[in-house]
Amino acid sequence: MGQPLVDKTYPYPPQPHTGMTMWLRDNLFGTWYNTLLTILASLLIVTALSRIAPWVLYGARWEVIPENVQLLLTGTYPRSEVWRLWTVVLTATLLLGLGVGVMQIRLRSTAIIVLIGALGVLVLPIAVAPKLWISGAGVLLLLSYLIGLRFRALKWWVVAALVIWPVFAFIMVRGLAPILTPVATGNWGGLMLTLILAAASILLSFPIGVVLALGRRSRLPIVSGVCTVYIEIIRGLPLIAILFMAQVMAPIFLPGITLDRVLRAMIGFTVFTSAYMAENVRGGLQSVGRGQYEAASAIGLTGPLTTLLIVLPQALRAVIPSTVGQFISLFKDTSLVAVVGLFDLMGIARSILANPKWLGLQAELFLFAALLYWVFSYTMSVASRRLERRLGVGER
Amino acid sequence: MRGPQSVTRSGTPGKGALWRDARFVRIALQVLFLCLVIAAAGVLYANVTRGLNRLGLDVDFGFLQNEAGFGISEGIAYELSDTYARAVIVGIGNTIRVSLVGIVLATLIGLLVGLARLSGNWLVRKLGGFYVEVFRNTPLLLQLMFWYTAVILKLPAVRQSINLYDTIFINQRGVYLPEPYASAGFSTFQWFMFASCVAAGVVYALRLRYLKRVDRPGFPFLWALGAFLFLVTVSWVVTPESPVAFEVPRLQGFNFQGGILLSPEFAALLLGLSTYTGAFIAEVVRGGVQSVAKGQREAAAAVGLKPAQATYLIILPQALRTIVPPLTSQYLNLFKNSSLAIAVGFPDLFSIGQTILNQTGQSIPVFVMIMIAYLAMSLITSVFMNWYNHRIRLIER
Repeated sequence: MGQPLVDKTYPYPPQPHTGMTMWLRDNLFGTWYNTLLTILASLLIVTALSRIAPWVLYGARWEVIPENVQLLLTGTYPRSEVWRLWTVVLTATLLLGLGVGVMQIRLRSTAIIVLIGALGVLVLPIAVAPKLWISGAGVLLLLSYLIGLRFRALKWWVVAALVIWPVFAFIMVRGLAPILTPVATGNWGGLMLTLILAAASILLSFPIGVVLALGRRSRLPIVSGVCTVYIEIIRGLPLIAILFMAQVMAPIFLPGITLDRVLRAMIGFTVFTSAYMAENVRGGLQSVGRGQYEAASAIGLTGPLTTLLIVLPQALRAVIPSTVGQFISLFKDTSLVAVVGLFDLMGIARSILANPKWLGLQAELFLFAALLYWVFSYTMSVASRRLERRLGVGER
Repeated sequence: MRGPQSVTRSGTPGKGALWRDARFVRIALQVLFLCLVIAAAGVLYANVTRGLNRLGLDVDFGFLQNEAGFGISEGIAYELSDTYARAVIVGIGNTIRVSLVGIVLATLIGLLVGLARLSGNWLVRKLGGFYVEVFRNTPLLLQLMFWYTAVILKLPAVRQSINLYDTIFINQRGVYLPEPYASAGFSTFQWFMFASCVAAGVVYALRLRYLKRVDRPGFPFLWALGAFLFLVTVSWVVTPESPVAFEVPRLQGFNFQGGILLSPEFAALLLGLSTYTGAFIAEVVRGGVQSVAKGQREAAAAVGLKPAQATYLIILPQALRTIVPPLTSQYLNLFKNSSLAIAVGFPDLFSIGQTILNQTGQSIPVFVMIMIAYLAMSLITSVFMNWYNHRIRLIER
């Protein structure tokens, strides 16, 4: 009974771990194997850096990039007409800013990064014109974002503009005979061609994918059979085979009609992507609960009306993130056109390597191309993750 | 309040308009759809015949029996004088070889990186994340070209080969690995192996019965594996002569002789495919493990399972169920992506098909063959993986 009831050795509750040393202990040196892992990982990083850093700083001939930057970005697009491409970029940023703004998404830190980036470009050692364009695009993005945030009523105008924009972009890039000098698709190249191929194919394959998905879920056995066979055959084939078929077979299947190579590549991508898109949309359709169908039929909607007014709007919203994912993978896959002889970013990089002046600079050029691809894909995937959270897909 | 006619709308045919009869509409729509599909196919068929006539070709698989006359750098035995059909088979063999090895390597990389991303160690977690984001967000073709032209073709020449412990040699001409072969002692050793297998089976059954009797979870498979390895090691030592010997590649004249050679093309394709797909598999693994609710591990601890037991008996079976379907599609992707071999000059099915197409101009038969081969192989893979998925699904209650 002489024992005190309170244990004096632990007078206080344990403190939550805070501070630098605690963080280190929790995350790096908790146990003996954790310490070992940390040491091994550090060794790996140090070895890799000690091999790569000297090459990046002294060994690599980076001058190949600035000397060919025009080719890498726009291919052989005439230099006097490049302003048209910039207009397309600027209108795109305008619409993007407005769109994000009217959706009332708060992005304080992203906005600050964009502002710093836009101003930072100005001090880069590159030509004045692109510097101004890029910086202008950044500032425009911010301004339009603020405008969108302030005036929510612009919503429907933005939607309308988004619908018209692809046509505008096409006319600007392609040219319109009397006003804008037409530029043949043979001169489209570099990053520009990569983006055009990806955007056009995703736009074309989306409606086809929706139709295929609806067809596959149809209760009519012949319709669903045909759609299923199409989807499964395409998904079982490698993309490169479909692209080759589009290049080789198009003249056989459609005699008399001459399609240029870019268009044939687009057809190949659309055929391929629409099958994958159909599966994404089908997933979205399945996520719509049965109660929705029953409710629709209770208020007297017919089958097609139910699909159009009740099911599709809900399904398509659920499909947005996976569509972005599809777009990212299509964006990367456009590099395959280099194999069938087009000059997208990848193809241009290969053709620069064929120039005796730049012989043997594969590492420099491919790393630069990889960086461009990476920046776009990574930005899109981060944006898609945010969008997913914002749409609350999977939470309802 | 509609008239009585609408009540019997679909009940008695003849009354009410025909186009309101659901059964009629169903059939009519399908017939219409079928007509459209057939019409489209017919137009395409007519176009193809006309197009082929103009090119002076006819669809005929007979050319497959002709002499191919082009060289194939690797694969199963093949001569210049062999037929096109033989060349196609060589291509299929190469595609399967690179895909199978690639799938194994990609799974290992994916497992390793996926677990690294789940690690409690901050540095390891970030390294895993870096790997995934870099490899996932750049095109595979670019990675393949990078590995082939910027890394493997820039390796040192034969005389300056990178020498790993005098057994593995890496140079411009590929990777030279030691080749195992059965020596004289192998015939006795294989009987020992057989006996060890039987013994392992017995250990497995006994352990399983014991565990069932005491009603306790455990790892009977690990016991069996341990017994097998122990017995095999013992018999390896006991056999008078080492049963398996290795032929180490040796520099003779201008090149290495003996051993297994992985050509630069094969090595580049394998490296590219497995590192790229590995990044995707890592995400699949991470997602699968994270999909198991935290309460499961806590509950396992509460019923007295040790952490390792909880991982193997509680977490893994549940994670596998989420992992297998996306893993299947990653395997199929790797298999289909192996057709990018054409960019690095590895003679897989697709690139051999292209060569045949260029030589004969028989575009339709060649594409039909390529399609059938890829579809068949995709189908086999997905059937196998679906079977496995079904098997592990039985664990579900």
